[in-house]
Amino acid sequence: MNPVATPFFFYMLAGLAVISGVLVITRRNAVHSALALIVTLLSVAGLYLMLYAPFVAGVQIIVYAGGIMVLFLFVIMLVNIERSSKERRFNRMWPVGLAAACTLLALFVSAFAKGKALFPDRMMSLPESSNTQQIAAMLYGDAGKMGPYTFAFEVASLLLLAAILGAVIMTKKKI
Amino acid sequence: MPNFIMSYLDGSVRGTPGEAGSQFWALIYVFIIFTGVSVAVMAMNWLERKALAHFQIRLGPMRVGPHGLLQPIADAIKLMLKEDIIPAEADQFVFWIAPMIGLLAAFAVYTVIPFGPSQAVSDMNIGILFMLGVSSLGVLGIVVAGWASNSHYPLIGALRSSAQMVSYEVAMGLAVVSAILMTSMNASGTGTLSMIGIVRAQQEQGVWFIFKFFPLGLIAFVIFAIAMIAETNRAPFDMAEAESELTAGYHTEYSGLRWSLFMLAEYATMIAVSSIAVTLWLGGWMRPFPNLLRAPAWDFIFSLFPGLTFVGLAAIALVGVVRMPVHSFFRIQRIGLAVFAALLGLIALLLLTIAVAGRSVDTTVAASSVARFREGIDHVYWFVLKVAVFMYLFIWYRATWPRYRFDQLMRVGWKVLLPISLGVLVVTAIVGVIVS
Amino acid sequence: MNAGTPDGSNAHTNDRTHDVANRGLSNLDLDAPATPYLDSNELIINMGPQHPATHGVLRVILKLDGEKVLGTECVIGYLHRGVEKIGENRTYTMFNPYVDRMDYVAAVSNGLGYCEAVEKLMNVEAPARAKYIRVILTELNRVASHQLWLGTHALDIGAMTPLFYTFRDREEILKIFEKYCGARLTTHAFRIGGCQYETYAGFEKEVKNFLTYVAPKIDEYEELLTTNRIWLERTKNVGVISSADCVALGVTGPVLRASGVKWDLRKAQPYAAYSEFDFDIPVGTNGDTYDRYLVRVAEMRQSLRIIEQAVNGIPEGPIMARVPKVIKPPVGEIYHSIEAPKGELGYFIVSDGTTQPYRLRVRPPSFVNLQALNRMVRGLLVADVIAVIGTIDIVLGEVDR
Repeated sequence: MNPVATPFFFYMLAGLAVISGVLVITRRNAVHSALALIVTLLSVAGLYLMLYAPFVAGVQIIVYAGGIMVLFLFVIMLVNIERSSKERRFNRMWPVGLAAACTLLALFVSAFAKGKALFPDRMMSLPESSNTQQIAAMLYGDAGKMGPYTFAFEVASLLLLAAILGAVIMTKKKI
Repeated sequence: MPNFIMSYLDGSVRGTPGEAGSQFWALIYVFIIFTGVSVAVMAMNWLERKALAHFQIRLGPMRVGPHGLLQPIADAIKLMLKEDIIPAEADQFVFWIAPMIGLLAAFAVYTVIPFGPSQAVSDMNIGILFMLGVSSLGVLGIVVAGWASNSHYPLIGALRSSAQMVSYEVAMGLAVVSAILMTSMNASGTGTLSMIGIVRAQQEQGVWFIFKFFPLGLIAFVIFAIAMIAETNRAPFDMAEAESELTAGYHTEYSGLRWSLFMLAEYATMIAVSSIAVTLWLGGWMRPFPNLLRAPAWDFIFSLFPGLTFVGLAAIALVGVVRMPVHSFFRIQRIGLAVFAALLGLIALLLLTIAVAGRSVDTTVAASSVARFREGIDHVYWFVLKVAVFMYLFIWYRATWPRYRFDQLMRVGWKVLLPISLGVLVVTAIVGVIVS
Repeated sequence: MNAGTPDGSNAHTNDRTHDVANRGLSNLDLDAPATPYLDSNELIINMGPQHPATHGVLRVILKLDGEKVLGTECVIGYLHRGVEKIGENRTYTMFNPYVDRMDYVAAVSNGLGYCEAVEKLMNVEAPARAKYIRVILTELNRVASHQLWLGTHALDIGAMTPLFYTFRDREEILKIFEKYCGARLTTHAFRIGGCQYETYAGFEKEVKNFLTYVAPKIDEYEELLTTNRIWLERTKNVGVISSADCVALGVTGPVLRASGVKWDLRKAQPYAAYSEFDFDIPVGTNGDTYDRYLVRVAEMRQSLRIIEQAVNGIPEGPIMARVPKVIKPPVGEIYHSIEAPKGELGYFIVSDGTTQPYRLRVRPPSFVNLQALNRMVRGLLVADVIAVIGTIDIVLGEVDR
């Protein structure tokens, strides 16, 4: 299948992501911020699709937009919006934030300047249809062999399991 | 005629428009599906009211059109003309956008639902993932609507439904994974996430996944069937809009068109999740026993089914005409129902003609396109029939059961469905390895 | 938090619930100081007076922690018509139809209680035939009342279908009422001293037909609910109240019997012709919503037994005792109570020898039973509040009078 109007969709999605990203941090109302964040996540999912990574895009929608953001909203709904909108934002943390933002910007600029040379082996075009299988091979290994990320994956899942148990213990008074 | 129109008519292009890269036909399909789903929702609205009424020894809508057939249209007009009330204390923008989110999520799902091997807008290779993801976005509409109403009952409804949908998604996802695992039980050992691929896998393995590794497939299917009722907020899991507790739950403050958008989204989601169940476990568009009864004669017999169904519907309508009391009051209704019966009969005739004409093994362009058309009708018919069974079940559940309480619902979700679905997944994997 | 301080000692009021707080009656402690930001604080919800599941215009203020009920406060009086005051300004005969408007789903029972109270005050006894007719109609009314209760209670819990089944069968009872006295709901069936109307031709046959018709229908309701898993989960161990609490709160009727107290005025202080019939008093054990459901269903069956005996044994004779045209009871007071479908329905009448009561007071079962609501729902969830309101079986016309 030949992609259609690729630049248009790229700029649309990228623009949407940036604009809604700005909205996330400028809205005083936390629910509005959350909604803007959902738009950001969805546009990023669209960008993943354009990069021939449909599995990542699907997971992005399910996990972030569908799952985590619902929980975000769940919590935000219980917060007193009127009170939080009156509170001062960036309470004395803005120098740190500025430093972090500058560092990130520098990273982006340098990556942009070096361009193709920085990611030579990632630039090969992946066949769209086997994207999921390739991810699986990297994470779980193929034909009895450990994949390059199997160990990291298992460690991460163990960490998450510990976090879940911790959350259960912290909230339950009696087990 | 331009090439892009002809490409689908002369049979030179196979597969979904998405695969073929035919934007024109993709748009046509989107249009057909959007219209079809909207009509199906209206039909479902009528059917639910009628079926529920007959469960409950009443007649249901009888006045607007013969046997209330035009009731959904009257309802739609009424809802569109009603005043659109936005509460003063509500968050205007979010209140305004919430029904749209729900509707968007409900309808976006239909892009990957395969009504037939080529009767889908697109065959995404992450089809099922996309479906689960997008349908899980529907909860955002509900949550946000409940919050934006700035009122207690909608807020509680939204809290309930967000907790409910997120928890049942887990069990649902695991049940789906066990079905996807079954697609990989072939020679190459590679499964698929594509909706069309899943049906094809059932075709190749010669068994609907509901019967595969009996009873593993069945258990996974039952878990999905339970979870999907919770996902769509239907009885007995309709805590989010439990009218006796929360008046109307998250849409208490909504009225008119905006309220009807919620209803449209709810019914569209019902059809969508039923389609997932049909695709994953009940062989999607396949007719019964496609491998066992594969002789052309059987093919022909099964292809008569769509026509015969419409003959049956026309007969039911005709019985209604005959049984209508003889009175001048009923004259217009009688004529209307007779016209409706005639229309159904005409469709039946058309379908039967296509079925008979499509049988010929002529290789001319015209004959082969008729045959292709007949095949398409068959696929869509069997798919829709299976989905219709689920729709009927939704009504049946609603008429039969009391409502679960919220904590009981969560207990069922986390302590019963989740462990069972995990167990089924593990056992399926083990059995799969042993078998292959 | 200390929900349940009845002193209302907090000076400042909360605008949401000002009327409750001002009266100093709240058991909710609604004026607790505001909790700090992001801390868990209670949600106060007004359920009613316009709410689909409060059976009329009951307003329940719920204090919730999430969905858990910390306390309730019933606000009543939205349907207050001053029935008791009206009674002081009407003659004894004129007041008779007014009592039908209290518990309008069991109007016959209300009329029976009032007529018997006045008769007792006048030392008049209704003839045997009139008593039998009274028993038949009252027990029919009990079945009708329980049917209406069952349908709406099931609807509250989410089962739509039983409502239509019970209303279908209640219709048969209302037809009998209509044929007997011309009214379906507010029947005004009895007069002081007996009955005004003789039974119509075929009355016995129709009642017997109804008995054979409705017995399998009650089985039908039970098929829908009694062993239904969701119904069991929604009703078992929900709204439990102990027999001691029931007695302490003055709760009567099926609610009391479901918690194990075998107390039925038809047996304990037989009135009308009840001493002549053979029937059982169904009792429960746990005092939960499910037991109350079982007790009421069993009561319907017992009522059918009573009706059958009454119809078969109905004596011939007059239907009206010798009562003066102008009813002037002697100076004195009387308290007479009967077992209405919802519990003990009592009439306290003080006579000063004139044609009008000096004071008339009604002890309505719904009003007294409603007090148990707070005791029953504390610690349960919002959904259970609905189930418990349904299971107490209140009629707001009777609560507010």
